[in-house]
Amino acid sequence: MTIGLAHYLVVGAVLFGLGLFTVLTRRNAISILMGVELILNSANINYVAFSHYSAGNVEGQIYAIFVIMLAAAEAAVGLAIVLAIFQIFHTIDVGAAETLKE
Amino acid sequence: MEISALVFYLLAAITIGSAAIVAFSRNIVYSAFSLLGTFAGVAGIYVFLGADFVAGVQILIYVGGILVLILFAVMLTHRIADVQITNRSAGMIPAVVIIAVFLGLLIQSIRDTPWAKAKEIVYLPTTAAIGDFFLQHYLLPFELASLVLLAALIGAVVLSRKETKE
Repeated sequence: MTIGLAHYLVVGAVLFGLGLFTVLTRRNAISILMGVELILNSANINYVAFSHYSAGNVEGQIYAIFVIMLAAAEAAVGLAIVLAIFQIFHTIDVGAAETLKE
Repeated sequence: MEISALVFYLLAAITIGSAAIVAFSRNIVYSAFSLLGTFAGVAGIYVFLGADFVAGVQILIYVGGILVLILFAVMLTHRIADVQITNRSAGMIPAVVIIAVFLGLLIQSIRDTPWAKAKEIVYLPTTAAIGDFFLQHYLLPFELASLVLLAALIGAVVLSRKETKE
């Protein structure tokens, strides 16, 4: 059996499921960000797989690069927010941070 | 089984295995380090799909940038020795049910949908074609992306600096 589009889509789906599980169950802000990264990676696998097997050009890869770029911006801002929360509340449990200002 | 199929299954196993450690590990440092396996495995999958430039970008930005940032954040916000409290989970059973149903639906629809097929599957260097797309058809999003990055840079600096009272 040769490797086809469906194999990549299943890998992306499982990766998405694990990322969603991380986002849903974790109480730790950094772990939630890791789950978001998993979800973005799974979306990227789908983009590149469709561009390779369905479109036959590189246009899907452009979108994958934009997603990677936004993931970098999201990680920088998200982790800065996590550090600010840690300075104010002395914990990064998302249940403990319930006000926007001290 | 062909060797390429074997390599694909190995890459998929590395990716999904490390992602499972990210999702289920009790220790956040293990979670952060196994993210490396996921990112590297995804880069391998990109190479397998003939996307050499995206694979390089994945290694440079995810492994070189985002992973290091996440490790910094972990080290700055935790007493590393406290394994038990670092990575608490809650609401396991509803999450497992939701995701099992969701994955079932996804895989069912992947199997049943007649996906469009490309006329021919090519393995060529992609960098020049991507550069053409970025500077012609996707020029406006490309420039907007640099603005977004600038805004994120300034935002991160403003958020993480200590507030000074006058």
